[in-house]
Amino acid sequence: MRRLPRGWRAAAWIGVLLGVLAALVALPPIEIRSAVAPLLVGLVALTVGIGSWIRGERRIGSYAVAAGVFGLLIGYLATRSSVDKLDAVVVWGALFAAMLRYATPLAFASLGGLFSERSGVVNIGLEGMMLTGAFFTVWGADRTGTWMLGLAIGIVAGGLMGLLHAFFSISLRADQIVGGTAINFLALGITTYLFVKLYGSEGTPSDVSTIPSIHLGFLGHGFIGDVFGRLDLLIWVAIVLIFVVWIVVFKTPIGLRIRACGEHPRAADTVGINVYAVRYGAVVLSGMLAAAGGAFLSLGFNGSFTPNMTAGRGFIALAALIFGNWRPFGAAAACLLFGFASALGVALQTYSLSISTLFTALPYVITLVAVAGVIGRSIPPAAVGRPYVRQ
Amino acid sequence: MSAGEDVRQLPEEPLPEDVVNRYRVMQKAGGLVAPLLTVILAFLISGVVVLLTTRSVSDTLRTYQGIFNGTGLDWFFRVGSYSVGVPFTGARVWFPWNTNDISSQAAANLEQTLLLWTALVLVGLAVAFAFRCGLFNIGGQGQYLAGSIGAVLVATELPHVVALPSILLIVVSIVAGMLAGAALAGIAGLLKGTVGAHEVITTIMLNWIVIWVGSYLFAVGGPLQTKAAGAAGAVPSSADIPDSAKIHVFWGDPLFQGLTIGFFVAIGSLVVYDLLLDRTTLGYEVRAVGHNPEAARYGGIGVARNYFVAMAIAGTFAGLAGALDLLGWKFREDITDIQSSSIGFIGIAVALLGRNTAVGVGLAALLFAALQTGTASRSLDPSIFPPELASSLAVIIQGLVVLFVGADVIVLILLRRVRGRRQQRAVPA
Repeated sequence: MRRLPRGWRAAAWIGVLLGVLAALVALPPIEIRSAVAPLLVGLVALTVGIGSWIRGERRIGSYAVAAGVFGLLIGYLATRSSVDKLDAVVVWGALFAAMLRYATPLAFASLGGLFSERSGVVNIGLEGMMLTGAFFTVWGADRTGTWMLGLAIGIVAGGLMGLLHAFFSISLRADQIVGGTAINFLALGITTYLFVKLYGSEGTPSDVSTIPSIHLGFLGHGFIGDVFGRLDLLIWVAIVLIFVVWIVVFKTPIGLRIRACGEHPRAADTVGINVYAVRYGAVVLSGMLAAAGGAFLSLGFNGSFTPNMTAGRGFIALAALIFGNWRPFGAAAACLLFGFASALGVALQTYSLSISTLFTALPYVITLVAVAGVIGRSIPPAAVGRPYVRQ
Repeated sequence: MSAGEDVRQLPEEPLPEDVVNRYRVMQKAGGLVAPLLTVILAFLISGVVVLLTTRSVSDTLRTYQGIFNGTGLDWFFRVGSYSVGVPFTGARVWFPWNTNDISSQAAANLEQTLLLWTALVLVGLAVAFAFRCGLFNIGGQGQYLAGSIGAVLVATELPHVVALPSILLIVVSIVAGMLAGAALAGIAGLLKGTVGAHEVITTIMLNWIVIWVGSYLFAVGGPLQTKAAGAAGAVPSSADIPDSAKIHVFWGDPLFQGLTIGFFVAIGSLVVYDLLLDRTTLGYEVRAVGHNPEAARYGGIGVARNYFVAMAIAGTFAGLAGALDLLGWKFREDITDIQSSSIGFIGIAVALLGRNTAVGVGLAALLFAALQTGTASRSLDPSIFPPELASSLAVIIQGLVVLFVGADVIVLILLRRVRGRRQQRAVPA
C-alpha cells in the first residue's frame, strides 16, 4: 500500500474534488438553485489549485485549476437553467453509460497505439486502422452471418494495415509519420471504394448480426444498473484489456522487451532482442486493436458502416495516449474523460446544437494544453519515430 | 518525440536519417527519377484496383483515358491561332489556344483543375516551407480553414462598419485570412520553440480545434450563422460575402467556379517561396535550423525564433489558400465543407512528392489537382467505370503516392546499387 499524498499534493487533490463538487451542488440530485454555492466552492478549488501549483505541485495543481474553472462554469450555468431541462440532460446513469460507449473505441485504439509507440514506432495511422476495422467487420458479419467471424475478419484487416505500416517504417525505414498519413489516405480510399461498390446508396444491410449486449438484470435499476446493466460485450472486453495491457507491458518479459525497443533499441539489440521482430509484432497488434475499436463503432454502436465514420476518433485516441503519458491507466482515464465530454456534448443538444458542437473540440484543447507542458510534462519513449538500423 | 530528444538524448547513437535529412539527400540525388517512379508505381497499383472492378484491360485503359480527359488537360491539344487580351491594356496578342472558349467541357474542366492547383500549390508550400525548417506541418488543413474563416469574417462584417472600395476590401480580407493561418500555425511553432511540444501532435490538435470551433461558429444557432431571410435559420453556413469582395474571374463563369486571378497569386507565391528560402537571411537561417538545429544554435541562430517564424510563414501560405478559395468561388463558409474538406492533407502529398522545391510543388500540385478533377463524378463515362467509385480511387492513388514517397529513398538506393554494379563490371573490363 502506497502512502497517501501529503502536503501540497494532498491540497491539490482536495482542490480537484472541490472543483467537481462545485458543479455537483448545482446538478441533480442536490440542485442548489443559488449561484453563490457553485461560485464559492469553485473559487476555493481555483485558489487551492493555484496555491499548490506555485508550491511546485504542477500536475495535480493544474488539474485542480481546471476542475475549479469547469466546476464553476458548469455549476453557474446549471443554476441559470430551468429545473426541467437540467433533469432531462443530467441523468447520471445514462451519462455514464454513454461515456463508456464513447470511450470504448478510443480505448481500443489508444491501447493499440501504446504498443506501437512503446516499441518505438509512431502510429498516426490509428485513424485509418480503425476505419479499416469498422468496414471489414460489418462486411464480414454480413458475409458470414455471424458477428464473431465479422469481428475476426475486421481485426485481421486492421492487422494487415498494421503490417503495411510496419513494413514501410521498419524494413524500408520510411518516415513513420509519412507512412501513417499514407495509411489514413489508403484506408479512407479503400473502405469508401468497397462500400460504394458493394453496398452503394442503400448502405450496409440493417439486419446484419450485431455484437450482443450483456444483460446483468441482477444489478437492478439504480445508478449501477443503469450504467453497467446493458453494456455491449466489447465494452467489457475493453475494460479487461486495460488491465491486461498494463500487466503485459509492465509486468512481463515481453513488455520489457517492447519498452526496451522503444527506449534504446541498440541496447535491446545488444542483449539479444530482435528489435525488428518486436516492433513488427507491436505495430501489427496496434492495427488489430485499433480495428477492434472501429468494429465496436460500426457493428456495436451503430450496427452499420458509413464512409469516414471514424471522423477523427483515431486522432482523439492518439491524444488520449499522449495525455495519458503512454501508460495504460493514464490513457484509459483520458479516454473516459474524452468519452464523458462526448456524452455530455450529445446530452447538451437539448440546450443548443451549436454549444454541443463546440464541446466536441474540448478533447483536442485539453491535449494541446497537456503537450504544451502546462499539465505536467508528456515524455514519450526516447526512440519513438526513429528507424533502427542493425549493425 | 521531440521532448524525449531533449530530455534523454542518446549520446552514442548517431541521429538516424529523419524525414528532413532524407529529403535533403534526395534533393541532391534523385532528380526527377524517384518521384516519377513513385507516381507510376501508384498508378499501376491503382490500375489493378480498376482492373478488378472492370475486369477488362481495355476498360482499365479507357478508365484512365476518361480520367485524363476529365482533367481538362486535353484542352491544350486543341492548338490553333487565337489571340488573348493583355491585362491592363487594350492590346491583344497571338495565343495558341482559344481562351474565348469558356464553356466547353474541356475548358470548364481545365478551369476547375487550375483553380484546385492554386489552392494545392499554396497548401503544398505551407507544408514544404515548414519542412525546410525541419518541421512536419500536418496542420495545413486547419490553417487553410482558419484562412477562409478569417476572410469570410472580414468580407461579411467589414462592409457594415466602413464602406471600402472593392479592391481594398479584397486585400484586407485576404490579409485577415493570411494572419489567421499564420496565428494558428504560429501557436505550433511557439510551442515547439519554447516547451519542445512536437509539432505533429500540436498541428493535428489545432486542425480539429479549428474544424469544431468553425462548425460551432456557423452551426444552426451559432454566433456567426447567416441571418439572411431566405435561409430562415436552417442553413448551417456563414452569410454570403458581398459582390465587392469577390475576386475577379479572368477565365470562365464568374459565378460558378471560374478561374480567378488567385491563379497568378499562386504562381507568385512559388517565386516568393524560392527567393525567400534561397536569397534572404531569413531563408538561410530557416534552412540552417532545418539542417541541424544544434549547429545553428552554436552559430548564433535563434532556433526557437526560427521555428516560430517558419511555422507562421507556412500558415500564411495555407491561410492565403483558404482566403483565395473563399473569395474566389466558395463565397460562404458552411460546416459540411469545414468538416469534409481534405485539401490540407493533400498538401502534404504535394510537398512530399514535390520535394519541397518550388518547381516540384508546382508539378506535384498539377498532378493532384488534375487527378481530383478527372475523377470528379461528372467527367467520367459511367458505362466504362462507375463515377461514384472514381473519387475513392483518387484517394487510394494519393495514399499510394504518399506511401511510396516516404520510402523512395529505397528506390534511390536500388538505383545506386544498379549503377554501382555496372561500374564494377566496367572496371575489370
